[in-house]
Amino acid sequence: MSRYSRRRLVNRAMEGIATVAALVAVAVLVIVVVSVTLRGAGALSWDFFTKPQALFGQPGGGIANALIGTILLVALATAIALPVGVLTAIYLTEFAPRRLAVPIQIVIDVLAGLPTIVIGIFVYALLVIGHTQSGLAGAIALAIIMLPLVARATQEVLLLVPSTLREASLALGVRRWRTVLGVILPSSVGGILTGTVLAVARAAGETAPLLFTSSIFANTVQTDITKALPNIPVLIFTYSEQADPALHEQAWAAALVLIAFVLLASLAAKALLARSRRKLNP
Amino acid sequence: MSGSFTMPRVIDVAQARRESGPVQREVVFEVQGLTVNYGRATTAVSDVDLEIYRNLITAVIGPSGCGKSTFIRCLNRMNDLVPGAKIEGRILYHGDDLYASGVDPVEVRRRIGMVFQKANPFPKSIYDNVAWGPRVLGMKKNVDERVENALRSAALWEEVKDRLKKNALSLSGGQQQRLCIARAIAIEPEVLLLDEPASALDPIATSAIEDLMHELKRDYTLVIVTHNMQQAARVADLTAFFSLEVDDHRRTGVLVEYDATDKIFTNPSDKRTEDYVTGRFG
Repeated sequence: MSRYSRRRLVNRAMEGIATVAALVAVAVLVIVVVSVTLRGAGALSWDFFTKPQALFGQPGGGIANALIGTILLVALATAIALPVGVLTAIYLTEFAPRRLAVPIQIVIDVLAGLPTIVIGIFVYALLVIGHTQSGLAGAIALAIIMLPLVARATQEVLLLVPSTLREASLALGVRRWRTVLGVILPSSVGGILTGTVLAVARAAGETAPLLFTSSIFANTVQTDITKALPNIPVLIFTYSEQADPALHEQAWAAALVLIAFVLLASLAAKALLARSRRKLNP
Repeated sequence: MSGSFTMPRVIDVAQARRESGPVQREVVFEVQGLTVNYGRATTAVSDVDLEIYRNLITAVIGPSGCGKSTFIRCLNRMNDLVPGAKIEGRILYHGDDLYASGVDPVEVRRRIGMVFQKANPFPKSIYDNVAWGPRVLGMKKNVDERVENALRSAALWEEVKDRLKKNALSLSGGQQQRLCIARAIAIEPEVLLLDEPASALDPIATSAIEDLMHELKRDYTLVIVTHNMQQAARVADLTAFFSLEVDDHRRTGVLVEYDATDKIFTNPSDKRTEDYVTGRFG
């Protein structure tokens, strides 16, 4: 075989392997979505979204309490993580001297890689032991998970803002903070929202930290954040441990709701990002 | 001190331009022994002495890398933003040292405006591009009037008056650069620094900018960096020629000659200036 045709074959083989790998990744998502849909779709109904969990042993019931609890937990976590994350990113890209920016960057990257169960147990030790489980503790744990995601995403869009815009503003005799507020943030709002939406999607499905902080809850709607809030991930976890096949089906349906939310959030994030790109280069 | 650039020569300029009688020009900038280093290895400009006079256009010309941009960026402390830039010598602005401790660079830039090589309008509407600076700086009265005046002074009003709410990035390159000039003069600076303002523009847009400079001269003191010698000859009253000295692989920008533009281009005193303006190098 000539060298030439051997190279061509190697090239083809590598291209084939890479294609297969990409297909496997797509297939995994398809299989998960299809199997969750098949098992859970039967339990989906109007009641499923509007009724709270049934009392033990009773038929029917829904996930309304867990849905509301998850929304509250994630909203609270976002309210904590978004300002802190965005301000951290602003500090790192606009203000920090290099010798401070590098170590802070490393800390944030480590935080992003921290196992969520570690965050859960940390918040448990800090806020739950000696008190009780609470929605607030759960939200703080989720906020710690969201913080590096929001900070990273914000940092990336802030770096996309051309430095010539910073120069233009500073050359007008405008303070740096007003430059950030008036020029840099408006140009990067879309990207920041994208990062936030992705972080929300991630936090909505986190289970480990909530097992420690917000898992012992009643089957009624609960909106008091000083008490444990019902939530979808823990509901899925507990239902799947039950013997009742009806509860298994409900667990699958709740999983389907989570997956649908994550998929929609990703699509929304993509659309937001495209919009903010258009704004910077129309 | 810049003993060779004394008043009589400037009065020659005034007479050459057929202004009536000997005109005593007020000195705006007095640059004394200015040396700028970037890091330890690079000396961008070395030991520059010159004076810049009120309501005249001073051009800075020279080959690439001779430090002309560095020089002009020292005049409004934009070099403060470059990490590692170290400035020695003094720049007196109406007799006050711009680099004295206690001088706020933001206040300096507020009075000494700058227009950059690449037009850098904010991704906002045409109106907001001009109005933002005055608003942030507290000039909140008659903003509409201020915007109109600035756009008129930048010879852009007629072209944009019907679409002030449109995104500034939809303007042509030449219009964007005039918008940047309007933005700079909306805050009523005393001096306007132009760093190769027409280098990215076509000849028609360039000529519009040059006509504009002649108009602006009445109210402002202008300093323009250009690599286009014809441009300097067309617009400037005084011209400073910078060159590069290569010594032991160390490249240093130096001021070779500073004089009336006519003299620089027709009868320069230095051989290096003559070589440059006649196109023998650069």
